[in-house]
Amino acid sequence: MPASITVSSHPTVQYLLRIGDTCLIHAQRLAEWSGHAPIVEEDIALTNMALDLIGQARAVLTRAGSLEAELGGEAHDEDQLAFLRDERDFRNCTIVELPRGDFAVTMLRNCALAIFLKLLWERLAASSDAELAAIAGKAVKEARYHQEHASGWVVRLGDGTAESAARSKAALVLLWPYFAEIFDDDAIDDAAAASGLGPRWSALADDWRAELGAVLAAAKLEPPAERAFRSTGKTGVHSEHLGYVLAEMQMLQRTYPGGVW
Amino acid sequence: MIDAVVMPSARADPGTHERRARAWDVLRDVNDPEVPVISVVDLGIVRDVTVEDGELVVAVTPTYSGCPATEAIEESIVAALDAAGLGPTRIRMQRAPAWTSDWISAQGRAKLHAYGIAPPGPVDREAAAPLRFIARAPAPLACPRCASTNTERLAAFGATACKALWRCRACGEPFEHFKPI
Repeated sequence: MPASITVSSHPTVQYLLRIGDTCLIHAQRLAEWSGHAPIVEEDIALTNMALDLIGQARAVLTRAGSLEAELGGEAHDEDQLAFLRDERDFRNCTIVELPRGDFAVTMLRNCALAIFLKLLWERLAASSDAELAAIAGKAVKEARYHQEHASGWVVRLGDGTAESAARSKAALVLLWPYFAEIFDDDAIDDAAAASGLGPRWSALADDWRAELGAVLAAAKLEPPAERAFRSTGKTGVHSEHLGYVLAEMQMLQRTYPGGVW
Repeated sequence: MIDAVVMPSARADPGTHERRARAWDVLRDVNDPEVPVISVVDLGIVRDVTVEDGELVVAVTPTYSGCPATEAIEESIVAALDAAGLGPTRIRMQRAPAWTSDWISAQGRAKLHAYGIAPPGPVDREAAAPLRFIARAPAPLACPRCASTNTERLAAFGATACKALWRCRACGEPFEHFKPI
């Protein structure tokens, strides 16, 4: 088995890993619906969105890996970053690694994430890093389309049958505590804001709440109360679920190093 | 991103000029593998052709971040230019400005229509405004087969990243729509 790589702890690299890993793991969970969605159109929609997110993750991880070298460390390519990092070196928000759940969980998570990512890409389009700004200019159009699609489903399910409304309420209770982590700042955000690389994620919280709130209101869903609980995926301390995602995602490259087809 | 600088003298060289012009002619016959009636030039993804240190450099902009055809397109561009004796050829990925369906040529739109794919309308510049999240009826499209506007969108996503699935109520045929983005 190839040795795991160690990634630069430079805040610029870490900020990019948070974005790239959140897209990558979110994509893995969406792609699990391939062949399992309730109707074929949604099967195609979920995997199309996963494909967009994988494309975004590839671009951001490629940039992170080349910046490692520019900042005086060892360069890594997108494949090394995806397949040869250990769980503790992934920087995705915990919310995206939770099991895909039922259709209500998937749609609510996708809606909340698409709104967040759209807001983030909008700001990153003005990043001081020209490559990141270019990636964001494309990704924002995709995130907008994802938001529109997922929002429609959240409304349809929340304001639907007794069963779909009950499932939607349960999804909201399950997922809500994990959203808070996204908007908690730390030194990585401070550095990104100072260098012009990107916004503090807390700066997106008000817009995110307003846009998601409008969808929830139309869906006749109440946002649950804030809780003290905080997940910590952005700092590399994950839930028990990420290990299983990585086992599946990394198995081939770990077992057959450099394997191609 | 590496932005290659082209010296004005290189552009002025008649041999270089001829090579670039011939390259554009070749590229007009390199089709998108997923939508094999439209060329990479009509699709608007070839942004520039230059000559740098004897190498032909083709700047290509991806349509979607995760488009799985990107690599196949790049390979067919290189293969076509090399086969025409214009190589060596290198692809430069150019992400900014982001591709928009507004860059599809009039000829490209006509070819899409003839192939049975409804071409994209102009991108809604106000799309950046708050999104509609209540089930909406997109503006009706004309069926590429019978021209009826009695059509409906079946799915926002289709067989490739760039298309959505529609149906014509008049002739009963399904058809694809190249999404405006």
